[in-house]
Amino acid sequence: MCGIAGLFSKSTDLNEGLGSHLGEMLLQLSDRGPDSAGVAFYRDPAPAGACKVSLLEPAPGYDWEGMRDALADAFGAGEPEVRASHAVLVVEAEATEAETWLRERYPELRVMSAGQTIEIYKEEGSPRRFVERFALADMQGSHALGHTRMATESRVTTEHSHPFSTGLDLCLVHNGSLSNHNRLRIKLRREGIEFQTDNDSEVAAGYLTYRLREGASLEQALEGCLEDLDGFYTFAVGTADGFAVLRDPIACKPAVMAETDDWVAMASEYRAIAVLPGAEEAAVWEPEPGRVYVWERARVT
Amino acid sequence: MGTRARPGVRVGAGTGYVTVDLAETPLRELNAGLHAVDGDGPRRWRVLNPRGAHAVAAGIDAEIEVDVDGHVGYYCAGMNKRAVVRVHGNCGTGAAENIMSGAVVVDGNASQSAGATGRGGMLVIRGNAAARCGISMKGVDIVVRGSVGHVSGFMAQKGRLVICGDAGDALGDSIYEAQIYVRGKVAGLGADCIEKELDDRCRGELRELLERAGIDDCEPEDFRRYGSARRLYNFQVDDAGPD
Amino acid sequence: MTEFDTLGKARDERERRASQRGWRPGLRESALFDRNVIHEIQRAAREGIYDIRGFGAKRAVPHFDDLLFLGASMSRYPLEGYRERCDTDVVLGDRHASRPLHLDIPITIAGMSFGALSGPAKEALGRGASQAGTSTTTGDGGMTAEEREHSSVLVYQLLPSRYGMNPDDLRRADAIEIVVGQGAKPGGGGVLLGQKISDRVAEMRDLPKGIDQRSACRHPDWTGPDDLEIKIHELREITDWEKPIFVKIGATRPYFDTALAVKAGADVVVLDGMQGGTAATQEVFIEHVGIPTLAAVRPAVDALQDLDMHRRVQLVVSGGIRSGADVAKVLALGADAASIGVAAIVALGDNSPAHEEGYAEIATSAGYYDDWHEGRDPAGISTQDDDLAARFDPELGGRRLANYLHTMVLEAQTIARACGKSHLHNLEPEDLVAVSVEAAAMARVPLAGTSWIPGAGTAVNS
Repeated sequence: MCGIAGLFSKSTDLNEGLGSHLGEMLLQLSDRGPDSAGVAFYRDPAPAGACKVSLLEPAPGYDWEGMRDALADAFGAGEPEVRASHAVLVVEAEATEAETWLRERYPELRVMSAGQTIEIYKEEGSPRRFVERFALADMQGSHALGHTRMATESRVTTEHSHPFSTGLDLCLVHNGSLSNHNRLRIKLRREGIEFQTDNDSEVAAGYLTYRLREGASLEQALEGCLEDLDGFYTFAVGTADGFAVLRDPIACKPAVMAETDDWVAMASEYRAIAVLPGAEEAAVWEPEPGRVYVWERARVT
Repeated sequence: MGTRARPGVRVGAGTGYVTVDLAETPLRELNAGLHAVDGDGPRRWRVLNPRGAHAVAAGIDAEIEVDVDGHVGYYCAGMNKRAVVRVHGNCGTGAAENIMSGAVVVDGNASQSAGATGRGGMLVIRGNAAARCGISMKGVDIVVRGSVGHVSGFMAQKGRLVICGDAGDALGDSIYEAQIYVRGKVAGLGADCIEKELDDRCRGELRELLERAGIDDCEPEDFRRYGSARRLYNFQVDDAGPD
Repeated sequence: MTEFDTLGKARDERERRASQRGWRPGLRESALFDRNVIHEIQRAAREGIYDIRGFGAKRAVPHFDDLLFLGASMSRYPLEGYRERCDTDVVLGDRHASRPLHLDIPITIAGMSFGALSGPAKEALGRGASQAGTSTTTGDGGMTAEEREHSSVLVYQLLPSRYGMNPDDLRRADAIEIVVGQGAKPGGGGVLLGQKISDRVAEMRDLPKGIDQRSACRHPDWTGPDDLEIKIHELREITDWEKPIFVKIGATRPYFDTALAVKAGADVVVLDGMQGGTAATQEVFIEHVGIPTLAAVRPAVDALQDLDMHRRVQLVVSGGIRSGADVAKVLALGADAASIGVAAIVALGDNSPAHEEGYAEIATSAGYYDDWHEGRDPAGISTQDDDLAARFDPELGGRRLANYLHTMVLEAQTIARACGKSHLHNLEPEDLVAVSVEAAAMARVPLAGTSWIPGAGTAVNS
């Protein structure tokens, strides 16, 4: 099982401290998720016509510069921003082009995320170690999701950690346990969705990718979860403009929402929200089961 | 408790009053202190900065009063006996779970399973409670000024659950002999739960419960009563023909 | 002919045929639709509801009988009985608790409720366990005063139902066992039929007398190991961190479940295989859900070893433990202790030929009796009927249980000494071989006379 957290900034002040605050939230969730941690940050948009990719290479001392040079020859690329085992680059190409090229030329690298603003970092090991290694305190951004993992039926590896990318600027974190993911994985594979692990959450992410690819809106795709996924879940989905939350109809897994003038936050336990500035005065509520909630910069539902 | 100086714990001289600041004092010390109260012990306690901590004031067995300033996490006042615990904020999952006696009053909202398996005493929630309020209750009285979430009163065996607001779906699913009173709308009734007559005895019972809960703006007449149809009490075994 | 004549002739014909029932040359029974299957189908057709019974899984599945010990030889030397020590003590729950359990023998009495069992039976279990220097466990009905009085070490269960749960009993207990599931019905809740919901049981469980009790299958205030962690923390706070916290699971995915129990903070993991008994549940649950005890032990031990927690979080295994040989084998595979349920009440006298007349009256026979849910036990063990329960002598029962436990320990020591071990815990998997391919694969020990372990090297985790 796990802990999940989301933080959406409504003020530039909070943008600066986003990483620091999310890191504090993750620490509060490390009892319920001791095995690994991960975050998705939305920040530093790539210019139009370009995309941003986060890449994983666990072996230390990787030659990111060499890879970047090859990428720059092919398309044009910015300097890699390296954090621990990950690097983020801006590539002057469409995301699918860049991903295909990387898959062919640099198969040892894992593409964690792709899009205009998203950056995904995740690693096995304690949340405390993760927060330090990835220097979360330095990170700013407009919004972010975080996850701490207690593995249930699959192994503890970086690939099994959340967030899972589900498309451009899209990611999923999950607290709970699905029960029909194995058959669903086979169906989705036949539709061309790829999976790296036997993890149930990755299937949920793949399901969203598939529905969105087939033209569903985010709300429709999440409503589809209520029909097509079986099991217990609180999902948080990160989007370019905000995030979404959904709890299954039985709703045994926790979820707390809170809002102030400066932020909207979501977490598995209130004590992860309590660390945020102004939490004492925040409006606090619980999302209802079986209902899709979406927060985006331009609108609220 | 004594008057030994310890960071975060202040004892009001001569008043039998203790303040514990959880920003400075470990939870273990607070609960150990609450469990150690004897006949002469401090009667009134104030807890500061709970900041969503779990099991705050759990396991008390003493006639004391505890005021918690802020929001607490799961299982606040779990298995409470005799004490009166007031939370000036919200509660996480399982507020007053398995309460035996005494009272727990929540100014704000309570998350899931509020009053779960409670066996006596009273739980008052001035705000709303989430799903499964009063699940498996075994004698506690729960009064909610606001609304409750789905599957509230699930397998409720004994006690009274009073909801001044609305109730979510599957109210009283598989209910035994507990009584449920609802003033607002009921989204749906659970298996074997039916509406029952609200007679004078019920109105009297409701009036007494609301009074004890300190709620003076709800009239017993405006409530409806729900309870067990008792059709699930025994397995249905047919006897179709010779062996 | 009159109507009576017709009926009389029909009855005579039936009786003539009945006297000829049973095999004779030329009659062939189906392996698929044998007499028991036919009987069950016709019972279902008559009653329209599942069959409920007690006891554990009755069908044959790979079990400890398929494992054998490698006794002393030229390369290994045995220890002399009596003169040379073979110790048997075990400590349970020293990971966090200030007062772990110190048991003289590595065999405990599993959770069985007052309600499922009569008061005198529970008393006997307490007496016998105390005489043998081990623990008993409460069940789905809460703690009775008699059990607390007669058990020197008492483990108190926290089940989904929470019948009778209270902080005083939590504090009076020596350990707390959070029941996630049991081997007979992993995923099912407690069942106690109306005929056993006596006044006293009804009062303890806050239920109306005479109903058919069906408990919840999930805990009311937590779901999942991440929230279990918080629940364990609360129980520790309420009991001032004195008591070990056990987590009991029915064997399904023992590797993951053991790892999760450890991550949630358990001090002891209790693992109950599919052969584990119950007082009452659906027959389909007992026979078709859960994995054999033999298949569950190694994955659970693997999980502990992978987390570097073997021997630091103890593993207690139950589900079909019947003799000192079973105990020794389960310890050799890496458990810290075994636990008995069915075997304990058989020791008290359940299914004894001494009660054959009583069994015949309720259409059963010694060695077959499993309708414990009906509460008509002539031995007075699995009943709430005062008259029947009065037939059971708790002092004698306690002595019998102590004898049986003592015998099992002697048997286990005999085996261990023959393998050169000065403590039962020094038994290891390498002391074992298997006589079937299934047992070899499940226990991960070689087939006797070979070095072949089927499936060795393939990913096992489950």
